Amino acid sequence: MNIDKNARYRTSHEYARKDGADIVAGISDHAQGALGDIVFVELPEVGKTLKQGEAFGVVESVKAASDLYMPMSGKIVAVNEDLAGDPALVNKDCYGKGWMIKFSPANPSEWDGLLDAAAYEKEAGKE
Amino acid sequence: MAPFAGYDMPISYPTGAVEEHNITRRSVGLFDIDHMGQVEVSGPGADDFVSRTVSAKVLDMQDWDARYSLLLDEKGLVLDDLFIYRLPGKWWIVVNASNREADYAWFKKLAPAGVKVVDKSEETYMIAVQGPRAIELMDLVSDRKVSDFPRFTSGELKIEGIPVLFGRTGYTGEDGGELFFPADSAERLWKLLIERGEKAGIETKAIGLAARDSLRFEAGMPLHGHEISPSINPIEAGFKWACGLEKDFTGKAAVEAVMAAGPSRKLVGIEVTGGVPREGYELLSETGEKIGACVAGMFCPTVKKYAANAFVLPAYAKAGTKVQVLIHGKAKEAVVVKRPLYVPAYRR
Repeated sequence: MNIDKNARYRTSHEYARKDGADIVAGISDHAQGALGDIVFVELPEVGKTLKQGEAFGVVESVKAASDLYMPMSGKIVAVNEDLAGDPALVNKDCYGKGWMIKFSPANPSEWDGLLDAAAYEKEAGKE
Repeated sequence: MAPFAGYDMPISYPTGAVEEHNITRRSVGLFDIDHMGQVEVSGPGADDFVSRTVSAKVLDMQDWDARYSLLLDEKGLVLDDLFIYRLPGKWWIVVNASNREADYAWFKKLAPAGVKVVDKSEETYMIAVQGPRAIELMDLVSDRKVSDFPRFTSGELKIEGIPVLFGRTGYTGEDGGELFFPADSAERLWKLLIERGEKAGIETKAIGLAARDSLRFEAGMPLHGHEISPSINPIEAGFKWACGLEKDFTGKAAVEAVMAAGPSRKLVGIEVTGGVPREGYELLSETGEKIGACVAGMFCPTVKKYAANAFVLPAYAKAGTKVQVLIHGKAKEAVVVKRPLYVPAYRR
């Protein structure tokens, strides 16, 4: 299992990573592996405000659709437009080119409530 | 792994569903389809019995011919779809796993005295070898040149001593065939095909259920329980061609009644922008009225489209008609398209 040590995680397998004052989010390597080939990613509109735990989009693999949840509350400042043409980037490089959204956190202290890499690795290992 | 018709089946192998699909389109895919059932029908009166029981015309078939057919009930609804082989002195009928016991019981119920109906599924293993280089691989391993077999014919051959009935058929839109052979040779034959393929430089890989589904979907082939089922008649699903209307068969009167009245809905293909349509999703007209529902839908790796098959009101069935699909509560633009999305290799 490939884990981005600089990121924090939800038990539903989204990651959040600080990028200056903003947060970049996507799904973990464990999640992309479990989903299999990803064929479509639906992302929110830039400017949308979402609460922690609210669905920000949908990831569709060959066989199933899964909701994507905000790791923290915030306002969407960018989405990864490349996923429209090549959703498999999530399979190939989930922490890099397969990122999904960038948001400006409304409540930065929510970061502290997310799982750190070690805790997430333990959590994902149970599945 | 996932349960499928009572079997544990691989949805995909480590290769991944999309790559498995692509391998089958460019080289050779191997499909472990032992879950399919086989019923042998023989004895005096077997020819007439098969002809009366299945929808397709069969009495014109020569020995070794293979043909697609539907199995209908008296109401003209689709109990199953079949592949029928006429072999010397007997009929070999391939049925879907989930319908195997019901089909067998149906055949037994309708068979007159003297006609022998035997379920051969347990002792028979079934593998499909599909792809543009499948026949090259088969020629390499077998003691007969299967490249000489016309499409929709079959023959007996041996592969390193294993007796195989080979039908030049398939469920992917590619050339290739389906192999029937003694179940105790399954592992040996499977490994042999992969090893001999790779050794000869013919990319040969195991293909799971997800790719089997996307391959058949692109090629316009139905999956029982989706495009056809016991609540669907052949006319609305576009299977008049599989009904031998010049002969008598179970369900014929009901089929003709649907033809006379016109079907109340029609099976169409749609292409969707901005989402993946899936089974059960509703179809709406441009103005938002409910006009039907999807029975299968997915990302299609070869044509690179998000597409579905759906039953719609006949007024919306024409190619080019703009419709909408409800995906996760949002209406997405879609258009009715001609099926199949991928014209099978042997029809080009």
